[in-house]
Amino acid sequence: MAAPASVAEVRNRRLALVVALIAPIALVNAFGFLVPVLNLARMSFYEVEPTGAMREAFSLATWAKVVADSFYAELIFNSVTVSLGITLLTLVCSYPIALYLHRSSGTWKTILLVLVISPLLTSAVVRTYGWIAILSENGLVNNALAALGLERMRLMFNETGVVIGLTEILMPYMILALLAGFGRLDRQIEEAASTLGAPPLTVFRRIILPLTLPGIALGCLLCFVLAVSSFITPKLLGGGRVFLLATEIYDQAIVTLNWPLAATLSILVLVIFGAALVLYTRALRAIM
Amino acid sequence: MDERPVSLTLKLVALAMFAFLLAPLIVVVPISFSGDSYMMFPPTSWSLKWYPAIFADGKMTSAFWTSLLLACVVTALSLVIALPAAYALVRLKPRGAEALSSLFTAPLLLPTIVLGLAILIVFARYGLLATFPGLVAAHLVVTLPYALRILATALATLPIPVEEAAATLGASPFTVFRRITLPMMKSGLIGTTALCFLVSFDEVVLSLFMTGPRIQTLPVAMYHHVEQQADPLVAALSVLLVVLTLLVVLVVDRTSGLARTFVK
Repeated sequence: MAAPASVAEVRNRRLALVVALIAPIALVNAFGFLVPVLNLARMSFYEVEPTGAMREAFSLATWAKVVADSFYAELIFNSVTVSLGITLLTLVCSYPIALYLHRSSGTWKTILLVLVISPLLTSAVVRTYGWIAILSENGLVNNALAALGLERMRLMFNETGVVIGLTEILMPYMILALLAGFGRLDRQIEEAASTLGAPPLTVFRRIILPLTLPGIALGCLLCFVLAVSSFITPKLLGGGRVFLLATEIYDQAIVTLNWPLAATLSILVLVIFGAALVLYTRALRAIM
Repeated sequence: MDERPVSLTLKLVALAMFAFLLAPLIVVVPISFSGDSYMMFPPTSWSLKWYPAIFADGKMTSAFWTSLLLACVVTALSLVIALPAAYALVRLKPRGAEALSSLFTAPLLLPTIVLGLAILIVFARYGLLATFPGLVAAHLVVTLPYALRILATALATLPIPVEEAAATLGASPFTVFRRITLPMMKSGLIGTTALCFLVSFDEVVLSLFMTGPRIQTLPVAMYHHVEQQADPLVAALSVLLVVLTLLVVLVVDRTSGLARTFVK
């Protein structure tokens, strides 16, 4: 029989066990996340020779190009404003659903929840394809317009299509975020307000809206961040005519093979993420 | 005073928004039965030809098998890798456990376009692009955080006294884990399996960076198909995929409660 293990021995054995148990996930994380992301940051300072070849150096050339070229300033401005518009539209479309879900109960609520989550679990490619069927030249909307004797509209291969498609694709995220933030909403407070004579709109503006602001802030942060980085939908519904940061990153990486430029634009996306997060924290502190 | 739980206006607006939300999924169903050779809504004629056309399309079928195999391998590996990690972080509570969990779930905070580019650059160096192991590794980066999070929550909410009782009665730690802890985590395990499978099967942005002419996943093949031509083939495929997704969701709902698995 071995002597009883000392405290230090037990602690060491425990540490060894922990290390053994988390080693596989740490390995995947290091090789698939940490190293690639650090490498990406470094690559934005690589030099690109006129031939297109890359040189491992420390150069600010790519950054200077992005700062100096007004194309990129416009690209960033456009990405941010389009994403903000999509976020706002998503909020307006999602809020009634979230409020309705919050007030329903039982089987009906479960069914509605499944209806909200199912699109989330369906590939963005499938849902974007559905939007092509609705918005294209021979799609649902245009054929309906034609049947009514109205003029066909151009709804795809422009920002309109991208905004409509992305709004719908982001709605489930917004609805779930809103629902998570609706916890403070109490039916009794609303009833008290209407008993005291407030018309429905006043109840909404003075009671419901302020109480649900944390959910709104969370949903907006989430949707903005997803809109800035989304790429499948803008690519398919924009048809190469809508220029956004995410689509530009893909093109630079896969088509032009200018990895330092793609890396620089990626870092800019992360900077925008950071700014959104700071704004969110500020907003949250102001409303809580 | 308004006593109805939901006002009529809210109900109508909410239902209209539900219609908007579900429109792209509903519209593909009639198109999948179209007899036209390119996408048109409403179709001018009807046929069932697009369903067999999927199976006749060699690219789609091989991409489907790649995606299915990939999703199964990724799901199995996610469980095998995340479960020990969750156990270590939740039960053994090493110093810095919280920092470690944040690090391990951090890939979810990164936009997939940035993550995809970052992985592309590093994996290119090791010749992992357009290879099955490369795809598995890339998918694991995004499925593992989900798996770790769900399993850690499942572990943290288990009643510990049951395990203590088993240990007191002489069961070894591993037996306790196998006979007591694991069965009690059933709903968490099912949720993890379903979510990892769906995330991997549907993953398209990372895959776009990682695939090539040599190997393609189904969403990537569909993406390229839609980019080049709009015919009803993808509609038929979409219907099959939506049915597959609903099936997975239904199984999860029956076995562990959908709301608990996905919303909480």
